[in-house]
Amino acid sequence: MSEVLIVAEHSAGMLNTSTARAVSCALGLGSAQVDILVLAEQAAPVAAHAATLAGVRRVLTVERPENREPLAVVYAPQIAAVAAGYSHVFGPSTTFGRDLMPHVAALLGVSQLSDVMAVEGPYRFRRPIYAGNAVVTVEAPAGRVVVATVRTASFPPAGGGGAAVVESLDLRVELPTHTRFVSRPPASSGRPDLQSAARVVAGGRALGSAENFRMVYGLADALGAAVGASRAAVDSGYVPNDLQVGQTGKIIAPELYVAIGISGAIQHLTGIRDARTIVAINKDAEAPIFEVADLGLVGDLFQIVPELERLIRSGSGA
Amino acid sequence: MRTILVGTKRLIDYSVRVRVKPDGSGVVTDGVKMSINPFDEIALEEALRIRERGLADEVVAISIGTSEAQQQLRTALAFGADRAILVRADAPLEPLTVAQVFLQLVQRCQPELVLLGKQAIDEDHGQTGQMLAALWGRPQATFASKLEIEGGRARVTREVDAGLEVIEVDLPAVVTTDLRLNEPRYVKLPDIMKARRKPLEITTLRELGVELPAAPLRVLKVAPPAARARGTMVRDSAELLTALRSRGVL
Repeated sequence: MSEVLIVAEHSAGMLNTSTARAVSCALGLGSAQVDILVLAEQAAPVAAHAATLAGVRRVLTVERPENREPLAVVYAPQIAAVAAGYSHVFGPSTTFGRDLMPHVAALLGVSQLSDVMAVEGPYRFRRPIYAGNAVVTVEAPAGRVVVATVRTASFPPAGGGGAAVVESLDLRVELPTHTRFVSRPPASSGRPDLQSAARVVAGGRALGSAENFRMVYGLADALGAAVGASRAAVDSGYVPNDLQVGQTGKIIAPELYVAIGISGAIQHLTGIRDARTIVAINKDAEAPIFEVADLGLVGDLFQIVPELERLIRSGSGA
Repeated sequence: MRTILVGTKRLIDYSVRVRVKPDGSGVVTDGVKMSINPFDEIALEEALRIRERGLADEVVAISIGTSEAQQQLRTALAFGADRAILVRADAPLEPLTVAQVFLQLVQRCQPELVLLGKQAIDEDHGQTGQMLAALWGRPQATFASKLEIEGGRARVTREVDAGLEVIEVDLPAVVTTDLRLNEPRYVKLPDIMKARRKPLEITTLRELGVELPAAPLRVLKVAPPAARARGTMVRDSAELLTALRSRGVL
Protein backbone atom coordinates (compact mmCIF):
# COMPACT_ATOMS: atom_id res chain seq x y z
CA MET A 1 0.00 0.00 0.00
CA SER A 2 1.24 3.47 -0.86
CA GLU A 3 1.39 6.23 1.71
CA VAL A 4 1.50 9.52 -0.16
CA LEU A 5 2.39 12.94 1.21
CA ILE A 6 1.32 15.84 -1.00
CA VAL A 7 2.80 19.27 -0.49
CA ALA A 8 0.06 21.88 -0.77
CA GLU A 9 0.58 24.92 -2.94
CA HIS A 10 -1.28 27.98 -1.76
CA SER A 11 -1.18 31.74 -1.70
CA ALA A 12 -3.17 34.40 0.12
CA GLY A 13 -5.01 31.72 2.11
CA MET A 14 -6.22 29.93 -1.03
CA LEU A 15 -5.35 26.39 -2.02
CA ASN A 16 -4.06 26.20 -5.61
CA THR A 17 -5.92 23.68 -7.81
CA SER A 18 -2.55 22.10 -8.62
CA THR A 19 -2.81 20.41 -5.22
CA ALA A 20 -6.14 18.74 -6.05
CA ARG A 21 -4.60 17.52 -9.33
CA ALA A 22 -1.68 16.00 -7.44
CA VAL A 23 -4.24 14.19 -5.25
CA SER A 24 -5.77 12.62 -8.39
CA CYS A 25 -2.35 11.42 -9.46
CA ALA A 26 -1.72 9.94 -5.99
CA LEU A 27 -5.07 8.13 -5.96
CA GLY A 28 -4.02 6.54 -9.26
CA LEU A 29 -1.29 4.61 -7.42
CA GLY A 30 -3.98 2.20 -6.19
CA SER A 31 -4.95 1.63 -2.54
CA ALA A 32 -3.14 4.81 -1.62
CA GLN A 33 -3.47 6.66 1.68
CA VAL A 34 -3.13 10.33 0.85
CA ASP A 35 -2.14 13.09 3.28
CA ILE A 36 -1.71 16.76 2.43
CA LEU A 37 0.93 18.88 4.13
CA VAL A 38 0.24 22.60 4.51
CA LEU A 39 3.20 24.78 5.47
CA ALA A 40 2.05 28.30 6.27
CA GLU A 41 2.16 31.12 8.74
CA GLN A 42 -1.54 30.52 9.33
CA ALA A 43 -2.70 27.26 7.82
CA ALA A 44 -6.37 27.09 8.84
CA PRO A 45 -8.17 28.36 5.69
CA VAL A 46 -5.95 26.33 3.35
CA ALA A 47 -6.18 23.22 5.53
CA ALA A 48 -9.96 23.50 5.69
CA HIS A 49 -10.17 23.53 1.91
CA ALA A 50 -7.64 20.69 1.54
CA ALA A 51 -9.68 18.59 3.98
CA THR A 52 -12.68 18.66 1.62
CA LEU A 53 -10.78 17.01 -1.24
CA ALA A 54 -12.17 13.55 -1.94
CA GLY A 55 -9.85 10.70 -1.05
CA VAL A 56 -7.66 12.59 1.41
CA ARG A 57 -7.05 10.90 4.77
CA ARG A 58 -5.38 13.65 6.80
CA VAL A 59 -4.29 17.23 6.40
CA LEU A 60 -1.12 18.02 8.33
CA THR A 61 -0.24 21.61 9.12
CA VAL A 62 2.99 23.24 10.21
CA GLU A 63 2.49 26.86 11.25
CA ARG A 64 5.60 28.99 11.63
CA PRO A 65 6.28 32.65 10.86
CA GLU A 66 9.13 31.48 8.59
CA ASN A 67 6.54 29.73 6.41
CA ARG A 68 4.95 33.01 5.39
CA GLU A 69 6.57 32.85 1.94
CA PRO A 70 7.23 29.59 0.07
CA LEU A 71 11.04 29.62 0.10
CA ALA A 72 12.33 26.21 -1.00
CA VAL A 73 15.27 26.21 1.41
CA VAL A 74 12.87 26.89 4.30
CA TYR A 75 10.08 24.51 3.29
CA ALA A 76 12.27 21.58 2.20
CA PRO A 77 13.79 20.57 5.56
CA GLN A 78 10.32 20.55 7.14
CA ILE A 79 8.91 18.39 4.34
CA ALA A 80 11.87 16.03 4.58
CA ALA A 81 11.20 15.68 8.33
CA VAL A 82 7.52 14.88 7.77
CA ALA A 83 8.32 12.53 4.84
CA ALA A 84 9.59 9.73 7.09
CA GLY A 85 7.24 6.78 6.76
CA TYR A 86 5.77 7.85 3.43
CA SER A 87 6.40 5.85 0.27
CA HIS A 88 5.74 8.84 -2.01
CA VAL A 89 6.10 12.61 -1.70
CA PHE A 90 4.38 14.59 -4.45
CA GLY A 91 4.28 18.25 -5.34
CA PRO A 92 2.78 20.04 -8.33
CA SER A 93 4.90 20.69 -11.40
CA THR A 94 4.35 24.43 -11.13
CA THR A 95 7.17 26.87 -10.43
CA PHE A 96 6.40 26.33 -6.73
CA GLY A 97 6.89 22.56 -6.96
CA ARG A 98 9.70 22.66 -9.50
CA ASP A 99 11.66 24.94 -7.18
CA LEU A 100 10.93 23.00 -4.02
CA MET A 101 10.65 19.27 -4.72
CA PRO A 102 14.15 18.56 -6.10
CA HIS A 103 15.54 20.15 -2.92
CA VAL A 104 13.34 17.80 -0.88
CA ALA A 105 14.44 14.83 -2.98
CA ALA A 106 18.13 15.61 -2.43
CA LEU A 107 17.59 15.91 1.34
CA LEU A 108 15.96 12.46 1.19
CA GLY A 109 18.83 11.06 -0.89
CA VAL A 110 16.91 10.26 -4.08
CA SER A 111 16.52 11.66 -7.58
CA GLN A 112 13.14 13.14 -8.39
CA LEU A 113 10.68 12.13 -11.09
CA SER A 114 9.82 15.38 -12.84
CA ASP A 115 6.50 16.10 -14.57
CA VAL A 116 4.75 12.78 -14.02
CA MET A 117 2.05 12.57 -16.71
CA ALA A 118 0.77 9.03 -16.11
CA VAL A 119 0.90 6.42 -13.39
CA GLU A 120 1.53 2.81 -14.46
CA GLY A 121 2.10 1.42 -10.97
CA PRO A 122 3.32 2.48 -7.54
CA TYR A 123 6.88 2.77 -8.84
CA ARG A 124 6.33 3.09 -12.57
CA PHE A 125 5.51 6.39 -14.25
CA ARG A 126 5.53 8.13 -17.60
CA ARG A 127 7.02 11.57 -18.06
CA PRO A 128 7.76 13.80 -21.07
CA ILE A 129 11.30 14.49 -22.26
CA TYR A 130 12.64 16.65 -25.09
CA ALA A 131 9.85 19.18 -24.65
CA GLY A 132 7.27 16.44 -24.99
CA ASN A 133 8.70 15.07 -28.24
CA ALA A 134 9.20 11.79 -26.45
CA VAL A 135 7.66 10.09 -23.45
CA VAL A 136 9.78 7.96 -21.18
CA THR A 137 8.55 5.17 -18.90
CA VAL A 138 10.62 5.19 -15.73
CA GLU A 139 10.72 2.83 -12.79
CA ALA A 140 11.87 4.09 -9.41
CA PRO A 141 13.49 1.59 -7.04
CA ALA A 142 10.96 -0.07 -4.72
CA GLY A 143 11.76 0.43 -1.07
CA ARG A 144 13.01 4.00 -1.59
CA VAL A 145 10.81 7.05 -1.23
CA VAL A 146 9.52 8.34 -4.58
CA VAL A 147 9.68 12.11 -4.87
CA ALA A 148 7.85 13.48 -7.88
CA THR A 149 6.32 16.56 -9.38
CA VAL A 150 2.92 16.02 -10.98
CA ARG A 151 2.27 17.51 -14.40
CA THR A 152 -0.94 19.33 -13.54
CA ALA A 153 -2.30 19.35 -17.10
CA SER A 154 -2.38 15.54 -17.07
CA PHE A 155 -4.69 15.04 -14.08
CA PRO A 156 -8.16 16.42 -13.25
CA PRO A 157 -8.60 18.05 -9.84
CA ALA A 158 -9.84 15.67 -7.16
CA GLY A 159 -13.47 16.25 -6.33
CA GLY A 160 -14.91 17.71 -3.13
CA GLY A 161 -17.09 16.22 -0.42
CA GLY A 162 -14.27 14.80 1.67
CA ALA A 163 -13.87 15.34 5.40
CA ALA A 164 -10.26 14.64 6.26
CA VAL A 165 -8.87 15.12 9.76
CA VAL A 166 -6.69 18.20 10.24
CA GLU A 167 -3.69 17.71 12.53
CA SER A 168 -1.20 20.34 13.57
CA LEU A 169 2.44 19.23 13.72
CA ASP A 170 5.06 20.71 15.99
CA LEU A 171 8.32 20.23 14.09
CA ARG A 172 11.65 21.00 15.70
CA VAL A 173 13.54 21.67 12.50
CA GLU A 174 16.24 24.29 12.29
CA LEU A 175 15.65 26.60 9.32
CA PRO A 176 18.24 28.58 7.36
CA THR A 177 18.23 32.39 7.26
CA HIS A 178 20.54 32.76 4.25
CA THR A 179 17.59 33.19 1.88
CA ARG A 180 15.07 35.99 2.30
CA PHE A 181 11.90 36.96 0.50
CA VAL A 182 11.98 40.57 -0.72
CA SER A 183 8.90 41.31 -2.81
CA ARG A 184 6.35 40.09 -5.27
CA PRO A 185 5.00 42.77 -7.58
CA PRO A 186 1.20 42.37 -7.62
CA ALA A 187 -0.29 40.56 -10.59
CA SER A 188 -2.31 42.83 -12.80
CA SER A 189 -5.22 41.38 -14.73
CA GLY A 190 -8.65 40.53 -13.41
CA ARG A 191 -8.90 37.78 -16.04
CA PRO A 192 -9.12 34.05 -15.39
CA ASP A 193 -5.91 32.36 -14.27
CA LEU A 194 -4.01 30.99 -17.25
CA GLN A 195 -3.03 27.76 -15.53
CA SER A 196 -6.56 26.71 -14.61
CA ALA A 197 -8.77 28.50 -17.18
CA ALA A 198 -11.20 26.44 -19.28
CA ARG A 199 -10.58 28.72 -22.26
CA VAL A 200 -7.35 30.38 -23.32
CA VAL A 201 -6.70 32.82 -26.15
CA ALA A 202 -3.02 33.25 -26.92
CA GLY A 203 -1.11 35.54 -29.24
CA GLY A 204 2.24 35.31 -30.94
CA ARG A 205 4.85 37.36 -32.68
CA ALA A 206 2.57 38.07 -35.65
CA LEU A 207 0.58 40.49 -33.49
CA GLY A 208 3.51 42.83 -34.03
CA SER A 209 3.16 45.10 -31.01
CA ALA A 210 1.84 45.40 -27.48
CA GLU A 211 -0.88 47.66 -28.84
CA ASN A 212 -2.03 45.11 -31.40
CA PHE A 213 -1.95 42.44 -28.72
CA ARG A 214 -4.99 44.19 -27.20
CA MET A 215 -7.18 42.46 -29.76
CA VAL A 216 -6.18 39.16 -28.13
CA TYR A 217 -7.44 40.52 -24.82
CA GLY A 218 -10.61 41.65 -26.57
CA LEU A 219 -11.38 38.19 -27.93
CA ALA A 220 -10.41 36.58 -24.61
CA ASP A 221 -12.81 38.82 -22.74
CA ALA A 222 -15.61 38.03 -25.18
CA LEU A 223 -15.00 34.31 -24.53
CA GLY A 224 -14.39 34.65 -20.79
CA ALA A 225 -10.95 33.25 -21.47
CA ALA A 226 -7.50 33.68 -19.96
CA VAL A 227 -4.75 35.22 -22.08
CA GLY A 228 -1.57 33.43 -23.04
CA ALA A 229 1.36 34.12 -25.33
CA SER A 230 4.19 32.47 -27.17
CA ARG A 231 7.77 32.99 -26.08
CA ALA A 232 8.31 35.24 -29.12
CA ALA A 233 5.53 37.56 -27.98
CA VAL A 234 6.93 37.71 -24.45
CA ASP A 235 10.49 38.26 -25.65
CA SER A 236 9.25 41.05 -27.93
CA GLY A 237 7.75 42.75 -24.90
CA TYR A 238 4.10 42.55 -25.98
CA VAL A 239 3.07 40.90 -22.69
CA PRO A 240 4.66 39.97 -19.32
CA ASN A 241 6.47 36.68 -18.76
CA ASP A 242 3.75 35.04 -16.70
CA LEU A 243 1.61 34.68 -19.83
CA GLN A 244 4.14 32.45 -21.58
CA VAL A 245 2.85 29.04 -22.62
CA GLY A 246 5.27 26.28 -23.54
CA GLN A 247 8.15 24.10 -22.44
CA THR A 248 9.68 26.81 -20.32
CA GLY A 249 6.47 28.65 -19.49
CA LYS A 250 3.16 27.18 -18.43
CA ILE A 251 1.88 23.76 -19.48
CA ILE A 252 -1.88 24.06 -19.78
CA ALA A 253 -4.84 21.86 -20.68
CA PRO A 254 -7.87 24.07 -21.31
CA GLU A 255 -11.08 22.97 -23.03
CA LEU A 256 -10.41 25.52 -25.76
CA TYR A 257 -7.09 26.99 -26.87
CA VAL A 258 -7.09 29.65 -29.56
CA ALA A 259 -3.64 30.35 -31.03
CA ILE A 260 -3.50 33.66 -32.86
CA GLY A 261 -0.47 34.43 -34.99
CA ILE A 262 1.51 31.68 -33.29
CA SER A 263 3.60 29.63 -35.70
CA GLY A 264 3.83 26.69 -33.31
CA ALA A 265 7.44 26.07 -32.36
CA ILE A 266 7.77 22.65 -30.76
CA GLN A 267 8.54 24.31 -27.42
CA HIS A 268 5.18 26.05 -27.60
CA LEU A 269 3.26 22.97 -28.72
CA THR A 270 4.44 21.03 -25.71
CA GLY A 271 2.58 23.50 -23.52
CA ILE A 272 -0.80 22.96 -25.21
CA ARG A 273 -0.71 19.31 -26.26
CA ASP A 274 -3.38 18.35 -23.72
CA ALA A 275 -5.87 21.05 -24.68
CA ARG A 276 -9.18 19.50 -25.73
CA THR A 277 -9.77 21.71 -28.77
CA ILE A 278 -7.02 23.74 -30.41
CA VAL A 279 -7.92 26.51 -32.84
CA ALA A 280 -5.19 28.08 -34.96
CA ILE A 281 -5.49 31.36 -36.81
CA ASN A 282 -2.48 32.19 -38.94
CA LYS A 283 -1.72 33.73 -42.31
CA ASP A 284 0.86 31.03 -43.10
CA ALA A 285 -0.90 27.83 -44.14
CA GLU A 286 2.36 25.92 -43.64
CA ALA A 287 2.77 26.96 -39.98
CA PRO A 288 3.38 23.91 -37.72
CA ILE A 289 0.55 25.03 -35.42
CA PHE A 290 -1.86 23.61 -38.02
CA GLU A 291 -0.41 20.13 -37.47
CA VAL A 292 -1.88 20.04 -33.96
CA ALA A 293 -4.92 22.27 -34.51
CA ASP A 294 -8.39 20.72 -34.48
CA LEU A 295 -9.72 23.73 -36.33
CA GLY A 296 -7.55 25.88 -38.57
CA LEU A 297 -8.26 29.20 -40.23
CA VAL A 298 -5.74 30.67 -42.66
CA GLY A 299 -6.03 34.42 -43.06
CA ASP A 300 -5.30 37.89 -41.81
CA LEU A 301 -5.60 37.87 -38.04
CA PHE A 302 -6.09 41.64 -37.96
CA GLN A 303 -9.33 41.10 -39.83
CA ILE A 304 -10.40 37.76 -38.33
CA VAL A 305 -9.88 38.43 -34.62
CA PRO A 306 -12.01 41.60 -34.35
CA GLU A 307 -14.64 39.90 -36.48
CA LEU A 308 -14.73 36.88 -34.17
CA GLU A 309 -15.04 39.14 -31.17
CA ARG A 310 -17.91 40.99 -32.80
CA LEU A 311 -19.74 37.80 -33.79
CA ILE A 312 -19.40 36.37 -30.30
CA ARG A 313 -20.52 39.56 -28.57
CA SER A 314 -23.48 39.90 -30.94
CA GLY A 315 -24.68 36.51 -29.80
CA SER A 316 -23.88 34.54 -32.92
CA GLY A 317 -21.17 32.83 -30.88
CA ALA A 318 -20.81 31.80 -27.24
CA MET B 1 40.07 34.18 -6.17
CA ARG B 2 36.35 34.74 -6.67
CA THR B 3 35.19 31.87 -8.82
CA ILE B 4 31.95 31.17 -10.66
CA LEU B 5 31.16 27.60 -11.69
CA VAL B 6 28.94 27.19 -14.73
CA GLY B 7 27.28 24.04 -16.02
CA THR B 8 27.53 23.43 -19.78
CA LYS B 9 25.66 20.29 -20.74
CA ARG B 10 26.08 18.79 -24.20
CA LEU B 11 22.78 17.85 -25.79
CA ILE B 12 20.81 17.79 -29.04
CA ASP B 13 20.54 21.30 -30.47
CA TYR B 14 17.22 22.96 -29.68
CA SER B 15 16.41 23.40 -33.39
CA VAL B 16 16.59 19.67 -34.14
CA ARG B 17 13.31 17.78 -34.39
CA VAL B 18 13.97 14.90 -32.01
CA ARG B 19 13.01 11.41 -33.21
CA VAL B 20 12.42 8.35 -31.07
CA LYS B 21 14.30 5.18 -32.08
CA PRO B 22 11.96 2.48 -33.42
CA ASP B 23 13.10 0.01 -30.73
CA GLY B 24 12.11 2.42 -27.95
CA SER B 25 15.60 2.49 -26.46
CA GLY B 26 16.06 6.24 -26.73
CA VAL B 27 16.16 9.05 -29.27
CA VAL B 28 18.22 9.29 -32.44
CA THR B 29 21.54 11.05 -31.80
CA ASP B 30 23.65 9.77 -34.72
CA GLY B 31 24.56 12.58 -37.09
CA VAL B 32 22.49 15.05 -35.07
CA LYS B 33 23.76 18.54 -34.26
CA MET B 34 24.87 18.84 -30.63
CA SER B 35 25.13 22.07 -28.65
CA ILE B 36 25.39 23.54 -25.18
CA ASN B 37 22.05 23.46 -23.36
CA PRO B 38 20.54 26.90 -24.16
CA PHE B 39 19.82 27.65 -20.49
CA ASP B 40 23.45 26.86 -19.69
CA GLU B 41 24.55 29.28 -22.39
CA ILE B 42 22.57 31.96 -20.57
CA ALA B 43 24.28 30.94 -17.31
CA LEU B 44 27.68 31.22 -18.98
CA GLU B 45 26.85 34.64 -20.43
CA GLU B 46 25.74 35.88 -17.00
CA ALA B 47 28.93 34.58 -15.38
CA LEU B 48 31.05 36.36 -17.99
CA ARG B 49 29.16 39.63 -17.44
CA ILE B 50 29.69 39.36 -13.68
CA ARG B 51 33.41 38.83 -14.25
CA GLU B 52 33.51 41.74 -16.73
CA ARG B 53 31.96 43.98 -14.07
CA GLY B 54 34.87 43.05 -11.79
CA LEU B 55 32.71 41.04 -9.39
CA ALA B 56 34.42 37.71 -10.13
CA ASP B 57 37.93 36.66 -11.11
CA GLU B 58 37.40 33.44 -12.97
CA VAL B 59 34.67 31.50 -14.72
CA VAL B 60 35.01 27.72 -14.78
CA ALA B 61 32.88 25.76 -17.26
CA ILE B 62 31.89 22.26 -16.18
CA SER B 63 30.53 19.44 -18.27
CA ILE B 64 29.66 15.92 -17.25
CA GLY B 65 29.53 13.38 -20.04
CA THR B 66 31.47 11.56 -22.70
CA SER B 67 34.78 12.87 -24.05
CA GLU B 68 32.80 14.45 -26.90
CA ALA B 69 31.58 17.05 -24.41
CA GLN B 70 35.04 18.62 -24.80
CA GLN B 71 33.59 20.27 -27.92
CA GLN B 72 31.03 22.13 -25.82
CA LEU B 73 33.68 23.02 -23.24
CA ARG B 74 35.90 24.45 -26.01
CA THR B 75 32.90 26.49 -27.11
CA ALA B 76 32.46 27.70 -23.53
CA LEU B 77 36.15 28.68 -23.46
CA ALA B 78 35.70 30.51 -26.76
CA PHE B 79 32.77 32.39 -25.22
CA GLY B 80 35.20 33.53 -22.52
CA ALA B 81 35.35 30.98 -19.72
CA ASP B 82 38.83 30.89 -18.15
CA ARG B 83 39.14 27.15 -17.77
CA ALA B 84 37.06 24.02 -18.09
CA ILE B 85 36.58 20.72 -16.34
CA LEU B 86 35.14 17.61 -17.98
CA VAL B 87 33.89 14.92 -15.64
CA ARG B 88 33.88 11.75 -17.69
CA ALA B 89 30.71 9.69 -17.53
CA ASP B 90 29.89 7.30 -20.34
CA ALA B 91 26.22 6.84 -19.52
CA PRO B 92 23.77 9.60 -18.58
CA LEU B 93 23.71 10.24 -14.83
CA GLU B 94 20.59 10.79 -12.80
CA PRO B 95 20.04 14.23 -11.30
CA LEU B 96 21.16 13.40 -7.76
CA THR B 97 24.47 12.01 -9.03
CA VAL B 98 25.00 15.13 -11.15
CA ALA B 99 24.42 17.25 -8.05
CA GLN B 100 26.90 15.10 -6.10
CA VAL B 101 29.51 15.71 -8.81
CA PHE B 102 28.90 19.45 -8.61
CA LEU B 103 29.21 19.30 -4.82
CA GLN B 104 32.69 17.77 -5.17
CA LEU B 105 33.68 20.45 -7.69
CA VAL B 106 32.30 23.12 -5.36
CA GLN B 107 34.48 21.80 -2.58
CA ARG B 108 37.53 21.87 -4.86
CA CYS B 109 36.93 25.27 -6.46
CA GLN B 110 35.26 27.10 -3.53
CA PRO B 111 33.07 29.27 -5.80
CA GLU B 112 31.10 32.34 -4.76
CA LEU B 113 28.40 31.39 -7.20
CA VAL B 114 27.25 28.35 -9.15
CA LEU B 115 25.24 29.28 -12.22
CA LEU B 116 23.25 26.53 -13.92
CA GLY B 117 20.48 26.38 -16.50
CA LYS B 118 17.06 25.91 -14.90
CA GLN B 119 16.70 22.72 -16.90
CA ALA B 120 18.45 20.79 -19.62
CA ILE B 121 16.25 20.55 -22.68
CA ASP B 122 16.95 16.86 -23.27
CA GLU B 123 15.70 15.12 -20.13
CA ASP B 124 13.81 18.20 -18.83
CA HIS B 125 14.48 17.16 -15.22
CA GLY B 126 15.12 20.64 -13.83
CA GLN B 127 16.69 19.32 -10.62
CA THR B 128 20.44 19.84 -10.49
CA GLY B 129 20.58 23.37 -9.06
CA GLN B 130 18.06 22.73 -6.31
CA MET B 131 19.73 19.44 -5.38
CA LEU B 132 23.17 21.03 -5.24
CA ALA B 133 21.81 23.73 -2.92
CA ALA B 134 20.38 21.01 -0.67
CA LEU B 135 23.58 18.95 -0.55
CA TRP B 136 25.76 22.05 -0.10
CA GLY B 137 23.47 23.64 2.51
CA ARG B 138 23.50 26.94 0.62
CA PRO B 139 20.78 29.18 -0.89
CA GLN B 140 19.07 28.49 -4.18
CA ALA B 141 17.49 31.03 -6.49
CA THR B 142 15.82 29.28 -9.40
CA PHE B 143 14.40 30.64 -12.68
CA ALA B 144 16.38 33.89 -12.47
CA SER B 145 15.52 36.69 -14.87
CA LYS B 146 17.67 39.29 -13.10
CA LEU B 147 20.74 38.91 -10.91
CA GLU B 148 22.38 41.72 -8.95
CA ILE B 149 25.44 41.05 -6.78
CA GLU B 150 26.57 43.36 -4.02
CA GLY B 151 28.45 42.94 -0.78
CA GLY B 152 28.40 39.17 -0.47
CA ARG B 153 24.73 38.97 -1.37
CA ALA B 154 22.70 38.46 -4.51
CA ARG B 155 19.30 39.90 -5.24
CA VAL B 156 17.50 37.65 -7.69
CA THR B 157 14.31 38.29 -9.64
CA ARG B 158 12.64 34.97 -10.31
CA GLU B 159 10.09 34.07 -13.00
CA VAL B 160 7.25 32.30 -11.23
CA ASP B 161 3.75 31.28 -12.32
CA ALA B 162 2.20 34.37 -10.76
CA GLY B 163 4.67 36.73 -12.43
CA LEU B 164 7.88 37.82 -10.76
CA GLU B 165 9.30 37.40 -7.29
CA VAL B 166 12.40 38.95 -5.74
CA ILE B 167 14.52 37.15 -3.16
CA GLU B 168 17.86 37.93 -1.55
CA VAL B 169 20.46 35.26 -0.87
CA ASP B 170 23.80 35.23 0.92
CA LEU B 171 26.74 34.05 -1.16
CA PRO B 172 27.91 31.48 -1.96
CA ALA B 173 24.70 30.36 -3.62
CA VAL B 174 23.25 28.42 -6.52
CA VAL B 175 21.36 30.37 -9.16
CA THR B 176 19.51 28.75 -12.08
CA THR B 177 18.77 30.78 -15.17
CA ASP B 178 15.56 31.47 -17.03
CA LEU B 179 15.26 32.62 -20.64
CA ARG B 180 15.13 36.34 -20.13
CA LEU B 181 18.19 36.77 -17.91
CA ASN B 182 20.31 37.84 -20.87
CA GLU B 183 21.04 37.25 -24.53
CA PRO B 184 24.23 35.27 -25.01
CA ARG B 185 26.95 36.86 -27.13
CA TYR B 186 28.29 35.47 -30.39
CA VAL B 187 31.63 33.75 -30.44
CA LYS B 188 34.31 35.44 -32.57
CA LEU B 189 36.79 33.46 -34.62
CA PRO B 190 39.94 34.72 -32.81
CA ASP B 191 38.34 33.59 -29.54
CA ILE B 192 37.92 30.09 -30.93
CA MET B 193 41.68 30.07 -31.67
CA LYS B 194 42.50 31.39 -28.20
CA ALA B 195 40.23 28.82 -26.57
CA ARG B 196 42.47 26.02 -27.81
CA ARG B 197 45.18 27.19 -25.44
CA LYS B 198 42.99 27.49 -22.36
CA PRO B 199 43.19 24.73 -19.75
CA LEU B 200 40.69 21.87 -19.98
CA GLU B 201 41.04 19.33 -17.21
CA ILE B 202 39.54 15.86 -17.47
CA THR B 203 38.56 13.99 -14.38
CA THR B 204 36.32 11.05 -13.51
CA LEU B 205 33.58 10.16 -11.06
CA ARG B 206 36.03 7.86 -9.32
CA GLU B 207 38.61 10.63 -8.88
CA LEU B 208 35.90 12.82 -7.40
CA GLY B 209 34.75 10.00 -5.12
CA VAL B 210 31.21 9.97 -6.53
CA GLU B 211 29.50 6.60 -6.80
CA LEU B 212 26.62 5.65 -9.05
CA PRO B 213 23.37 5.01 -7.13
CA ALA B 214 22.96 1.47 -5.81
CA ALA B 215 19.25 1.60 -6.67
CA PRO B 216 18.99 3.69 -9.83
CA LEU B 217 15.95 4.94 -11.71
CA ARG B 218 15.40 2.57 -14.63
CA VAL B 219 14.32 3.77 -18.05
CA LEU B 220 12.02 1.08 -19.42
CA LYS B 221 10.94 2.62 -22.68
CA VAL B 222 11.03 5.77 -24.77
CA ALA B 223 8.04 6.35 -27.04
CA PRO B 224 6.74 9.12 -29.26
CA PRO B 225 3.95 11.20 -27.75
CA ALA B 226 0.34 10.36 -28.57
CA ALA B 227 -0.46 12.03 -31.88
CA ARG B 228 -3.37 14.40 -32.23
CA ALA B 229 -5.79 13.59 -35.02
CA ARG B 230 -5.48 15.77 -38.08
CA GLY B 231 -7.80 18.76 -37.80
CA THR B 232 -10.21 20.51 -40.13
CA MET B 233 -9.66 23.76 -41.97
CA VAL B 234 -12.47 26.31 -41.93
CA ARG B 235 -12.90 29.21 -44.35
CA ASP B 236 -13.96 32.11 -42.16
CA SER B 237 -14.93 33.34 -38.70
CA ALA B 238 -18.58 32.32 -38.99
CA GLU B 239 -17.67 28.77 -40.01
CA LEU B 240 -15.18 28.58 -37.13
CA LEU B 241 -17.84 29.53 -34.59
CA THR B 242 -20.29 27.04 -36.09
CA ALA B 243 -17.68 24.29 -35.82
CA LEU B 244 -16.90 25.20 -32.20
CA ARG B 245 -20.59 25.14 -31.32
CA SER B 246 -21.15 21.79 -32.99
CA ARG B 247 -18.27 20.38 -30.94
CA GLY B 248 -19.87 21.71 -27.79
CA VAL B 249 -16.90 23.90 -27.01
CA LEU B 250 -18.93 27.11 -27.15
